[in-house]
Amino acid sequence: MELQAIAFYVFASVTISAGVMVISSRNPVHSVLFLILAFFNAAGLFVLLGAEFLAMILVIVYVGAVAVLFLFVVMMLDINFVELRQGFLQYLPVGGLIGLILIVELLMVVSGWVIEPGKITGATINSETVSNVTNTLALGRLIYTDYIYLFQAAGLILLVAMVGAIVLTLRRREGVKRQRIADQLDRKPEDAMEVVKVNTGSGI
Amino acid sequence: MEITLAHYLSLAAILFALGLFGIFLNRKNVIIILMSIELMLLAVNINFVAFSSHLHNLVGQVFAIFVLTVAAAEAAIGLAILVVYYRNRGSIAVEDINMMKG
Repeated sequence: MELQAIAFYVFASVTISAGVMVISSRNPVHSVLFLILAFFNAAGLFVLLGAEFLAMILVIVYVGAVAVLFLFVVMMLDINFVELRQGFLQYLPVGGLIGLILIVELLMVVSGWVIEPGKITGATINSETVSNVTNTLALGRLIYTDYIYLFQAAGLILLVAMVGAIVLTLRRREGVKRQRIADQLDRKPEDAMEVVKVNTGSGI
Repeated sequence: MEITLAHYLSLAAILFALGLFGIFLNRKNVIIILMSIELMLLAVNINFVAFSSHLHNLVGQVFAIFVLTVAAAEAAIGLAILVVYYRNRGSIAVEDINMMKG
């Protein structure tokens, strides 16, 4: 139990300090790297909570896909980030005020509520968190039965996002010579060459 | 010392506020704003998983997976829009994004 508490505090403090660095770092590449650090530590927290599958998904999806995508975009665009940081201190007071108000409110909520004792049993009717089933198996049983339509909808969302991203970023540039396989296959000998009878001594 | 649900909820609250703070702090830089949104979604996911673990109910984790899906799609589309915008305008400053203002 003691070890669990230590692990929680380590993961939590690293997550929060990485989050602070994400929003305050000068270089966006550093921001992305700190974001990756935050995701890794959040995955550690998920393992502590017993959600191993989600922890692995977090590492794969967020670190492997989303953060790398951010890294690509940050490095691909040639932007003067120093210019974008101007006015940083100007926004600090109002942002800090709103953030502080939000955090105080949320902490008040967190420290103030209790769950009505009878309600918890009602919420666990279709749960399968029995100790002899792994987290992944239990989640799979739930997703592929009760939540199959939502799962399919999630797949559709990803498909639409993929198509949308391709449509948005695909461009045909003028003046670029490229190979057109269909045109090459359509080519017939008659189009390509001309047979000319040349009389002897006269030339073409 | 026992780690309770309140610990996780406080962590998520702090992370969420950090994300909001980041949006205010980096008002000119769309990339950092998108990253702040990712932080806020991560905080929401921590909440879901913490409640799921506390109530012994897996539905929270199922919903966290869907949140993850939507976050991934949002990041992909957002960054694609950003790249297209940069191609057209040569800048990603938020105050330059006013072409649709009529």
